[in-house]
Amino acid sequence: MEAIAFYLFAVLTTVMFLITVLTNHALYALSALAAGMIFISAFFFLLGADFLGAIQIIVYTGAVMALYAFGMMFFDTTRDVVESRTSPQIIFGLSGLAALTVVAMFTAPIISENITALYPAIDGVGNSQMVGMVLFTKFLIPFEVAAVMLLVAMIAGIVLAGKKMDHSLTLMKEEEIERETNEKAQV
Amino acid sequence: MMEITLQHYLVLSTILFAIGLIGVMRRKNLLLLFFATEILLNAVNIAFAAISSYYGDLTGQMFAFFIIAVAASEVAVGLGLLVLWYKRTGKIDLDAMTSMRG
Repeated sequence: MEAIAFYLFAVLTTVMFLITVLTNHALYALSALAAGMIFISAFFFLLGADFLGAIQIIVYTGAVMALYAFGMMFFDTTRDVVESRTSPQIIFGLSGLAALTVVAMFTAPIISENITALYPAIDGVGNSQMVGMVLFTKFLIPFEVAAVMLLVAMIAGIVLAGKKMDHSLTLMKEEEIERETNEKAQV
Repeated sequence: MMEITLQHYLVLSTILFAIGLIGVMRRKNLLLLFFATEILLNAVNIAFAAISSYYGDLTGQMFAFFIIAVAASEVAVGLGLLVLWYKRTGKIDLDAMTSMRG
């Protein structure tokens, strides 16, 4: 049963991410990426990391994808994306890096056979409870730093994208908007 | 059916990471380049969760949490910069961003 679920979601995730990477249409890429994020949360549920799966759905498909969707309103996304070829040296270098990553990922669990759990799972305690116990004791300072980082990111987003936010088209009268467009047309 | 082991998850994570790398290599549009980086971060998250589960250790899940937090703030700042750049130049191509000439 677990094997069927694993292979099903593995194929689905791979196909979705391939669409994201290879399509020339920005909206298809966004939709496929959102679907792939949801399928990835299935792996977290399979692995018993329930809290992480819920966070994956909430943060990635809820917040990040919505942010991208709203951000895409600023860009011209109906047009096909044209990709120009990069230089072969860069492709060669990055392919070598990818191969090296593969080797490192497969050798890392093999060379560390005598690995022991630093914060072992406790019997009879749910995943969310366990995560809370570890997060608020051993990882409290990184947690607070992450909170400050998110605050900084929020302020940075407002400062960067929020220029001329007081200039609201919905609160202006029709004549004002028309005058402004006429002025722009003259310039 | 054969049992799903840690290696299965690591292979899947590697495949997804390679897909993300292909995206990073291929894309010239900055918005779609961001999508490729999201794929990279998610591939690593799967590997962390799998190792965390198979060794019975919660540290991997903690790292995955912080990666998600970093990804969220990266999107907020990156998209802000992207909107600002699009307002100024009207395009978000990577090749057009060569204002620094050394």
